[in-house]
Order: sequence, then structure tokens, then C-alpha cells
Amino acid sequence: MIAITINGKKSEVERGTTILAAAAALNIKIPTLCNHELLEPYGACRLCLVEISDGDWSTVTTSCNYPITRPLVVETQSAAAVKARRMVLEMLIARCNTSPELNRLAAEHGLETSRFELRYDDCILCGQCERVCREVVGANAITFAQRGVDRVVVPPFGEEAEQCIGCGACVYVCPTGAIQIQEDGDRKIIDRWSRVLDLKYCSACGVEIAPVFQCDYFRKKADLPEDFFDLCRDCRVTQR
Amino acid sequence: MKKIENAAQLEAYRSQCAAERDPDRAMIAVCTGTGCQAHGCDKVVDLMRAELKSAGLADKVEVKTTGCHGYCEKGPLAVVRPEGILYQRVKEKNVADIVSQTIAKGEVLDKLLFFDPTTKERIKLEKDVPFYKLQERLVFGDNGYIDPTSIEDYLAIGGYKALQKALTEMTPDQVLAEVSEAGLRGRGGGGFATGRKWESAKKVAGEIKYVICNADEGDPGAYMDRSLLEGNPHAIVEGMMIGAFTIGATDGYVYVRNEYPQAVRNLQCAINRARELGLLGDNILGSGFNFDIHISKGGGAFVCGESSALIASIEGEVGEPRAKHIHMAESGLWGKPTVLNNVETWANVPLIINRGAAWYRGIGTAGSTGTKIFSLVGKVKNTGLVEVPMGISLRKIIFDIGGGITKNRAFKAVQTGGPSGGCIPEAHLDMPVDFDALTELGSMMGSGGMIVMDDQTCMVDVAKYFVAFLKGESCGKCTTCREGLQRMHEILVKITEGKGTMADLALLEEMAPVIQQGSMCGLGKTAPNPVLSTLRYFRDEYLAHINDKQCPAGVCKALMAS
Repeated sequence: MIAITINGKKSEVERGTTILAAAAALNIKIPTLCNHELLEPYGACRLCLVEISDGDWSTVTTSCNYPITRPLVVETQSAAAVKARRMVLEMLIARCNTSPELNRLAAEHGLETSRFELRYDDCILCGQCERVCREVVGANAITFAQRGVDRVVVPPFGEEAEQCIGCGACVYVCPTGAIQIQEDGDRKIIDRWSRVLDLKYCSACGVEIAPVFQCDYFRKKADLPEDFFDLCRDCRVTQR
Repeated sequence: MKKIENAAQLEAYRSQCAAERDPDRAMIAVCTGTGCQAHGCDKVVDLMRAELKSAGLADKVEVKTTGCHGYCEKGPLAVVRPEGILYQRVKEKNVADIVSQTIAKGEVLDKLLFFDPTTKERIKLEKDVPFYKLQERLVFGDNGYIDPTSIEDYLAIGGYKALQKALTEMTPDQVLAEVSEAGLRGRGGGGFATGRKWESAKKVAGEIKYVICNADEGDPGAYMDRSLLEGNPHAIVEGMMIGAFTIGATDGYVYVRNEYPQAVRNLQCAINRARELGLLGDNILGSGFNFDIHISKGGGAFVCGESSALIASIEGEVGEPRAKHIHMAESGLWGKPTVLNNVETWANVPLIINRGAAWYRGIGTAGSTGTKIFSLVGKVKNTGLVEVPMGISLRKIIFDIGGGITKNRAFKAVQTGGPSGGCIPEAHLDMPVDFDALTELGSMMGSGGMIVMDDQTCMVDVAKYFVAFLKGESCGKCTTCREGLQRMHEILVKITEGKGTMADLALLEEMAPVIQQGSMCGLGKTAPNPVLSTLRYFRDEYLAHINDKQCPAGVCKALMAS
């Protein structure tokens, strides 16, 4: 166990625990936009900046991907950390001006508006959608493309995301609400990934099960019988 | 040829190679580096061989195609040995004269000699030309003597002696002590102590370890690593082998950009020849040391010169930096202990082993030992690659070696350290060039780019240029780097268009430390340097653009008097 002090609160954590997790355990909230408990730390949004020190040396660093390997003193509200986070938010609200979540965080940091020219992108490139699709779902349907100012998350070649199973995990994790999933008759549509999926219905009761492609994906993955998803979960139980 | 199995066989083969290469034999060494290729050296070489043949001299005079000699401004370069006569700007039409006059009769062709503008005299010998005379070409000098595709040429000048010494006479601990004691610091930018890096990786237990050579040189105007790889690839191979032996690595990777076709070709050739002779492979020189080198070709993204992005690229992933909270000495390439050094750093290693740490420490300054190769470009008379001892002043490099400013205009600034370096003004030209002094001045050593600017350069425009470069090369992962550089560029465009305000200037200064602190990798961490250093030394130019709506250098079009 390693001794750590965050905002004056002392604690002991296991080697390798991130500063963000250690802070959360002490009920100290550090704002973040790219971190999710189910996903590997990524360190893209840079909002979780904190000041760490180790004797007479100190630096500002991201807390989400910083593994604690030696005793540290962390300040989440030091002047340098707060200033840095405010600037990150000022950059983000200028990029993505209409996101309620971003504007809420900005207000929390005392920012009313950004001094930069406002833009209306809806994505902050936090990469949660890409990671949840790859790390949790395993579908790998979308990816980062281009670099720098042109960086985007897209399906391969910017065409329809042919590996997308329509699970909606990306919609769920997106902090800015940039990804929407819609139903249109017997189809499920994710516009952002140009994905249109036919829905499968229970052959007994007619209830909607899931997109056909998703049923096939899970059937193959779990090595289930060909007709497994012909029935909905309830009918599978009653008809057995 | 049979494989070399032990030190005695290597020694014997080296002696044989040396004996076959009489240093007093007539030879024309023609630079065929990429710069001279662009000047048409290939045709000169072909014609020279044909002329010698028809003059019946082909057996007596060898035409040696070498790597870059450094004086790129004056290419194609040809040096007539053993005298060491330097002919510059050699064209096809000069070849017949060189053969019939110099080679056949020993007469020097005045018109092809260097003309010294100060003394108004022609200088005959390469070593007397001011550009070369003031240099100390320890690492780069061999380029002019060897054919980079010939391992025999390298052996003849003492090649692989350091390897032999390390493998047969030293323990890894002794090699490490020598490199640490020499004070060698990384030539790629950071200036981190090489010995400490090696020590960390050596300490970590593990069957599999790697050494990497970073040859992803991507700074605009910098080409010292390319020229070393092109001109003397075995020196890098030998350096990597010694490093691998020290830390216990079994494989090495050279990450080189594919836009360097000749470097890739010559390096591959060097690796192949070393394998054929058994210098790479299993049980090298009978010592039980196994090691091989592989080439990984990069697609030319600047950010891949950053160590963690480089490793991601070798692994086949997108070339994006990773958080480096765990050192690569513990977990680098494929999660294994890894030492990554730059081309020039590796090339210094055989020198240190051959001649000892004490000798090496005698060159340069206390904190920055040895020499450094700079790529001297921009508004300077003698553009090219110069190797100088650390601690030499910027003024000496620019005015004595570089010959001063083109068209004898006034010097304004020198930009060192690549795009994320800084611009240094006249007042600091007498500063000794070393890692720490340059950092103190708000610039950095970087990999050794040196761009000279005259009084017709607008410093706001320069900052805008470098920020635009970095904005385009940022991988885009971190908000601070991606958004920050974009916004910095927007503001700089505004200022150069005469639309900037004092609030914009304050905003630039407010953003800079956040971009530095808040970015994950070295690219973002150093990216505000061009803005900060020009603001530090040339603030009046920013103010002229903002308050007076004037560009003092007359560069910014929007501010030209109509």
C-alpha cells in the first residue's frame, strides 16, 4: 500500500491505483470528460489535471491515467490546476458550444463564455465511443481518423459502419450527446455512423428483439443454435 | 565469405581490408548524399569513371561514392585524395579537366576551388576551407572516406573495433560505466543522460529487451540523422550493438521515415552485410551475444519522432503518443524494457568505447560533452551540416563556419531546436551552445536544426509558421495541443493581419503554460516555444503589428502600405 494525500486528506492505496480513482474513494470529485469506469484510461480531454508533488518537486498532470507508484501529495484545487482546467474548458466550449454538459462544467468553473471564436462541433474527441466499441463490445465498428485539427471518429473509410451491431453503447457513453440512435419503422438508425439495421421480431409474440445483425453477432460469438433468436427471451422460457 | 567467428578473425579481416586500401593511392571521393544527388552528382560520377577508363587510369584511380560531406551549399563536392583537394560545384563539363589536369598531371583547377570572400583567395585543400577548418568532425568526418555500402571500407578505418573491445574485453557494467562517465547526452532533443537510460533498462530483469534507433527526423530543414544513416550506417549499427550488449537486448529496431529512401537502402545494405559476416546474428564473435537489427519504416508523421508514438507505430498501431508515467526502460516496445536513442547518439557510442570516457569528456563543456552536428540553414552563406564541439558560440557557427548572412544583410535571429525550439536574438549570440544554455534562453538543442534569419524576417510570421506546422503535426489526442495550437494559430493570423489586440497577446501568454503542462507528449509540451521565445525577444514586433498596424520587416502582406 502506498500513502497518498489528496487535498489534505490522507489515505493508502494499492500500487497502480490512478489518482482519479484514489480521489473518488476519498469523495473528492475531479471533473473528467473522457474517463469511464469500464474503459481503459485514455487521457485525451485533459480536464482532470491536478497538481502533484513529491517533496520539493511539483507538476501539473492528468489524474485519470497517472498510476500511483510512490507516496504523493495531490492538490486538485491548486491555483495552477484550476487555471489549467479552466483553460481546457474554455477551449472545449469554444469548440463544442452547444453541449449542455460542457456548459454546466464551464459554469462550475466560473466560465460564462470563451474568448476564442465559437464553433459548433458536437464532438470533443474524448474517444469514449471508440473505446467502448473496441474494449467492451468488441465490435470495432468505429475508429479515429486523420490527425490534429482534422481528427474525427468515423466508421472505416467514412462509409457505413458495417461492424456496428447497433447496441447503442456509444450513445450511452457520449458526454456531449453527439451520437443519436433512432427507430424508423422496422429499422434502427445511427446517423453518425451511417448505420441502418433491420430489426428482428419474436416469431411467437411479435415483440422487437434486437437488430438482426446484432442477433447474428451474439449467436456466432456464443455459438448458439441457428434459431436461438427467433423467439424473444420470454417466449423462449414459456415455450421450452 | 565465411562468417567471422571470433575477434582474431575480425582483426585479420580488418587488416586485410586496410591493406587493400592504401591511403596514399589516388582517389576521387564524390559526395553522393541526397543534397549532392539533387545537384546531379550521379552523372558526374558516371562520367568520371568513363573518363578515367578512356584515359587508361581506371586501375590507378578509384572513384569513391561517399555519403554527405556536409558542405551542401557547394555541391556536388569532389575531394581528390591523397592530397585532399576540394572541388566544389563540380559539373559534368568539369570532369574531363579534373581527369586530364589534376589526375593525370597533378595540376589544380583553380576555378573549382573554394573562393574565400574575406581573403579573396582560392583555397586548395578541404581541411583549410573555413567551413571545415573550424569544425571537429568526430562523428561525421568518416562520411568523406567510406563507401557506405561497403562494410570493408568501414572495417578498414577501424570499424567494429569498439564492438570487438566491448564483447571481448569488457563486461556490460564496464561499457555502461564508460558511457556514463563520458557524459553522453541524447542528441535527439531531450538531452537525457544516455548512461542513466541504459542503466535503468539494464537493471530491469527480463529475457527480452529492445534497443531502438530513432531516425524519424522530421524537423523542417534538419537532416543530420539522414546524412549519418546514408553516409555511415555501420557506425549506427555498431553503436546499437554495444548498447544492446550492455542492457541485454536481443533485437534492435531502426525507425526511419520512408521519405529517406537512400538512408533506408544504405542501412539495409549495412545490416545485410553485417549479417553475412556474422557480426549480426547468434553468438557474435563467439561471445555468446545474440543480436539482430530490423528496420521499421515510418510514414512521415512528425509526432512519430516522439518515443511513445514511435513505439506505437513499430507495434503496428496508430502513431499516437501514450502516457509515459511508466518509463520505457521498464515497459517500452511490446511492454518490454527498451532503450531508445537517436541516430547521432548511437553513432557516438563506438567513439567513446574506442577512445575512452576521459578523452570524450575533454571535448565540449562540463555539462554537455562531445560534439554536436547542426544543420545550418536559412539566410546563411554556407548552408550545410556542421559538427562542432559543444560550448562553441552561436556566433562562431553562424559567422565563422557559416560565413555570415547571405547578401551581407543584418542578422536577426537564429531558430534552434526544430519547430518547437525558440528564436535567439543577436544579444545572445556569444552564448556557448550546449543543452542547458539553450534551454535557459527559451530555446532548446533539439536534434540540431539551426535556421538563420535576417532582418527581412518577421518574427510574428515565424511564430505563425512554426505553430502552423505543429498544429498540422499534432496527433490531435490532447485538447490542450489540438485546440490550443489551433487557437494560437488563429490569434497569430489575426495579429499578422493587423486585427490583433493587446487582449490577444495576453491570451497567448495565458494559454502557453496550459498547453505545456496539459499536453501528454513532448510535441505539445514544447509547442508554445516559438510563440514564447519570439514574445520574449521580439515583443516590439508584436506590438508594432497590434498597435501601429505595421510589420517592421515588411513581410505581412495585410500590413503593407497600399
